[in-house]
Amino acid sequence: MYEAVIGLEVHVQLSTNSKIFSGSSTDFGAEPNSQASLIDLGMPGVLPVPNAKAFEMAVKFGLAIDAEIGQQSIFDRKNYFYPDLPKGYQISQFEKPIVGPGRVLIHLEDGIKKTINVTRAHLEEDAGKSVHDAFDGMTGVDLNRAGTPLLEIVSEPELRSAKEAVAYLKVIHSIIRYLDISDGNMAKGSMRSDCNVSIRPKGSETLGTRTEIKNVNSFRFVEKAINAEINRQIEILEDGGRVIQETRLYDPDKDETRSMRSKEEANDYRYFPDPDLLPVVLDDSFIETCRVNLPELPEARKARYISEYGITDYDAGVLVADRDVADYFAEVANTSGEGKLAANWVMGSILAELNQTGGSITDFFVTATQLSDLISRIKDNTLNSKTAKTVFEALLAGEGEVDAIIEVKGLVQVTDTVTIEAIVDEVISENPDQVANYRIAPKDKQGKMLGFFVGQVMKKSQGKANPQAVNQILSSKLSG
Amino acid sequence: MSDITDLSFSELKKTLQKKSLSSTEITTAFLDRIESLNPELNTFITITRDEAILSAKNADTAINRGTATAYTGLPIAHKDLFCTDGVLTTCGSKILSNFVAPYDAHVVSRCKAAGLVSLGKLNMDEFAMGSSNENSYFGPVRNPWDKTRVPGGSSGGSAAAVAAKLTPLATATDTGGSIRQPAAFTGTSGLKPTYGRVSRFGMIAYASSLDQGGLIAHTAEDLAHGLGLIAGHDSRDSTSAQLPVPDYTEVLNDSLAGKVIGLPKQFFDDNLDTAMRDAMDAVLDVLRSLGVTTVEISLDHVAEAIPAYYVIAPAEASSNLSRFDGVRFGYRADKPTDVLDLYERSRSEGFGSEVKRRILIGTYALSEGYYDAYYKKAQQIRRLIRDEFNRALASCDLIFGPSTPSTAFGIGEKNSDPVSMYLEDIYTVATNMAGLPGGSFQAPLVSGLPTGYQLTGPAFGESIILNAAHQVQIATDWHRLNPEGL
Repeated sequence: MYEAVIGLEVHVQLSTNSKIFSGSSTDFGAEPNSQASLIDLGMPGVLPVPNAKAFEMAVKFGLAIDAEIGQQSIFDRKNYFYPDLPKGYQISQFEKPIVGPGRVLIHLEDGIKKTINVTRAHLEEDAGKSVHDAFDGMTGVDLNRAGTPLLEIVSEPELRSAKEAVAYLKVIHSIIRYLDISDGNMAKGSMRSDCNVSIRPKGSETLGTRTEIKNVNSFRFVEKAINAEINRQIEILEDGGRVIQETRLYDPDKDETRSMRSKEEANDYRYFPDPDLLPVVLDDSFIETCRVNLPELPEARKARYISEYGITDYDAGVLVADRDVADYFAEVANTSGEGKLAANWVMGSILAELNQTGGSITDFFVTATQLSDLISRIKDNTLNSKTAKTVFEALLAGEGEVDAIIEVKGLVQVTDTVTIEAIVDEVISENPDQVANYRIAPKDKQGKMLGFFVGQVMKKSQGKANPQAVNQILSSKLSG
Repeated sequence: MSDITDLSFSELKKTLQKKSLSSTEITTAFLDRIESLNPELNTFITITRDEAILSAKNADTAINRGTATAYTGLPIAHKDLFCTDGVLTTCGSKILSNFVAPYDAHVVSRCKAAGLVSLGKLNMDEFAMGSSNENSYFGPVRNPWDKTRVPGGSSGGSAAAVAAKLTPLATATDTGGSIRQPAAFTGTSGLKPTYGRVSRFGMIAYASSLDQGGLIAHTAEDLAHGLGLIAGHDSRDSTSAQLPVPDYTEVLNDSLAGKVIGLPKQFFDDNLDTAMRDAMDAVLDVLRSLGVTTVEISLDHVAEAIPAYYVIAPAEASSNLSRFDGVRFGYRADKPTDVLDLYERSRSEGFGSEVKRRILIGTYALSEGYYDAYYKKAQQIRRLIRDEFNRALASCDLIFGPSTPSTAFGIGEKNSDPVSMYLEDIYTVATNMAGLPGGSFQAPLVSGLPTGYQLTGPAFGESIILNAAHQVQIATDWHRLNPEGL
């Protein structure tokens, strides 16, 4: 039996308006090289000037993971040649990162919690992009992304499965979204992960040889890439081979990792302090200001939701994972005064819908006010769960506000017993055989058989009959 | 009245103010002299005649309208590593031989804003690496005092152009003596300000933690005017000092009585030949006659400055010069087969041999397993040197020494021996390591060739240096001596 040892290096693009060392805009999707200044182009004679906003964001992240903040942090040069790296070096942090050791709590499926230690987080500049398919026989270089601030978050190798790695990544994602320091959009490359993976016999204390899977850009691919790599390494060891330390790439089409470069081919980055930048000294008041301005973080909000809205630990965990979802839920719960119903609707209908469409809750078609109205109509017995579903779908289709939909569709729940009794009588007289069977059936079978009659009554009432009333009247009439 | 080009920057300033000469007359006089002498001296890489005439005319208009600054219309020329918008900026290298800068360096824009007229771009050792100006892709600069000799380097073009009266003021840079050594070899005054005093923005980097822009002119007074123009904080350079800029001309005439000058015994040992020592003594006698007292001091680590410099500077250079890869600007190898071939050939064909040597040294010094032994150790030595200078300057106002071990050597004389070339900067490099201001000023001729003495001051103490040198220049005429036969 093998155990996997996994550590992640997560690169998060910080959502500053301008780049980390130049005044250029960081907007995504502009014309190639239209957002590259002389500094981003690495022109002779230009110099970097740090963007204070990036420091603030990094410090907030450090505080959020309870980390030591480097009061003096130093920028280093990481030297290597690549066409999309204009200066021939990347400005990064090596010996003295801005964020020192910290920790995050991850939640696993079986309700188990685990603390994962974060080694460090440092600021650096992103590279540009090589464009290989735009010019015949040539490679284009787009430097719009060059100089975008990155926070590289390095975990200790304490993750033991692909699922744990994903859980960790989701917590990091959640934190950066709560702090609003990144859009966290993995599809656009705002959050990318390098996964360091090794395996060892279960119970062993020594580490196996690790490989690094570069630039994996979705939760799903992280899980699949790590599993593919674990399996590859197990196969090698089972066949009596040895894992080679190397950098690998994940191919989602083939669901396998393949070698990119071996350790021997690895660059000697010749790190040294960047002489163009002075050591950055953060004074206590700056750090304190960041601390005071920290928003409520996922774990705190989860605890609050459990106590304020009386929802389960599991539900609270799902709802707070995304700050926008959590805000949406809170608005619905507060306006409707129904925490549990709000949780059920947000999780059952909205998250399901979002998962399917891949959309974001901030531009979801049904507003929190509308959902709250809907819940209020359930609460005052105007709607039952079935008609509520119909109204929700109408809301999704943009057919108007809740009350208008109820009116137009004539969905007001029928609670008056005379009407229901009349329908029940109709159903009983139309189904003599079933009635006879019901009456001779043993008690424990009757419950199940009642469902048929409830269904018939609901159908006749076009779903509008109050289900509790229907149940009650049916059972008494059938047994009579 | 003497020729226009014989006038110093300060003298020209007065003639413009009195309107006895126009900027166009001054500019044309210098341009004509450049065109006649540059073919033999090779001090200019680019002469911007048309632009110069145009800005001189604009200057004259401004002067007549009364909208001029105190410096409008005065000529200057820039070392060719200061980026000049729309003008070729080569850094003395083949790899930038086609590079037209798309922006002005901070120093250049300050000069433009003050209304100075730029005559062109001055020759230099490639990427400021050299002490003889023989490492230029555009050919060696010849010393106006003896055309078989070097003018020093790397600001050889700047120094020779001033000495030959092709410009009254030239920008220059000093990473390890590159202003002071050529000033000494050409009989000019040169000032390397405190690290951080002048913005490096737009100065093509050699060794960023040591590079400092400065000036070469005929007199300390000229330098005081020039420094006031280019010094000051620039938000585009993170290492630029946020300190106010004093009026450097204000204290030039202060008395030197009571000032203490430190004489490091390491600068006056047996390595200094007797003729050079006599020249230094002549300067010291003048200083003493002006009321200065001298004390012997010891700078124990100064001998380690050169070896430490030749680790730190190449290390930084190896990284700074990585951007010259043939991809975005500059020389690009013909028909590259792939990206590696593009890099290798563009750089192999584009860089000269001294630049390659330093890139290799620097790459080695930063490599895994060697970093601690070389780069880190060199930085430790640098700290020791800095501390030592600061301690010494607590007990004296200025440190005095020769600028160079000898007078200008012959072209080709030291080409095959890089170490002896590196030792040219033995007296000057420590000042860079300490980040302090240093100036080289004219001392008596030795065998008909100029020599220079060096003054090193406390951080941001440029005024004290210029004050002392100006007082010596009032009392002597060494700065008035001219090369003959031009």
